Amino acid sequence: MAEKSGFATHLRAYLTGYVLSVVLTLAAFAAVLSAGPDNKRVLLLVGLLGVAQLVVQLKYFLHATTQKEQRENLALVLFSTLILLIIVLGTVWIMGNLAVRMHTAL
Amino acid sequence: MEVTTAVNSPSTNPGDTPGALHKDPDVVIFGFWVFMMSDLIFFGVVFAIYITMIGATAGGPGPKELFDFGSLFAQTMLLLTSSLTVGIATVTMKHQRSQTSFLFWVVVTLVLGLGFLALELYDFSGMAAKGGVPQRSGYLSAFFGLVPLHGLHVTFGCLWMLVLIAQIWRVGMVDIIKLRFLRLALFWHFLDLIWIGIFSVVYFGGWVYG
Repeated sequence: MAEKSGFATHLRAYLTGYVLSVVLTLAAFAAVLSAGPDNKRVLLLVGLLGVAQLVVQLKYFLHATTQKEQRENLALVLFSTLILLIIVLGTVWIMGNLAVRMHTAL
Repeated sequence: MEVTTAVNSPSTNPGDTPGALHKDPDVVIFGFWVFMMSDLIFFGVVFAIYITMIGATAGGPGPKELFDFGSLFAQTMLLLTSSLTVGIATVTMKHQRSQTSFLFWVVVTLVLGLGFLALELYDFSGMAAKGGVPQRSGYLSAFFGLVPLHGLHVTFGCLWMLVLIAQIWRVGMVDIIKLRFLRLALFWHFLDLIWIGIFSVVYFGGWVYG
């Protein structure tokens, strides 16, 4: 793998990931700052851009892909994400519900 | 995976026989992924606490008074660029380019990481000047429990780079050091993933909902 083409290909993967990440970051900042502080709907867009950037960086920087030698890593990431979502969404759901019943705004 | 064999000296190997552990680089890297994912769950819990604490400002300063988006953007770009440079260092190492160019990219990453930390500390001192200190409210406790936790990870990543540079200077680019660097690169990329969550949820989410 020490040939020149492999070097260029690997380097290009990182540069692609970087350019895509910069574009997604700029889009998130532009969306929030142009929408102003009280626009809650813009957070959906920010969330989608954030998830897109996570996927880009997992693919181009961390190489967690469906390739055979990377499949175990990807399975681990996906399982951890499931646990993460249960913990975070579960907490927000329960605490939010509690806040509504206690008549305190979350 | 370009690293073929790890060092089999007894001193680096707690197994029964030399080389019983640390034999397969893929296993070592997978183990590091397991650590990172446990760290991810830890971060997730602190994120959940932060989300439930948005609005719990107890009359103290909130996100709208405290956040500086110019500084946030600069921090984001520094960390993202450092993720690229550590990647370039990885490619340089895998394709056996000169040790000088490898070390150059590691040092660039270190400088970007330190720049990120300096800006973050500057940000915190600006918040403190406006009364935004951890003990002021539940919201601020949650904020300072999460964002500096990431900063602490970056600090240890910088320390790790310094140690690796010292080791390379002492013994050169032997296989075990290459394997250590691969783990450092994974750790560094992982910290940038966490940062995406921080600017999206902590800063933007806090700003809109706080």
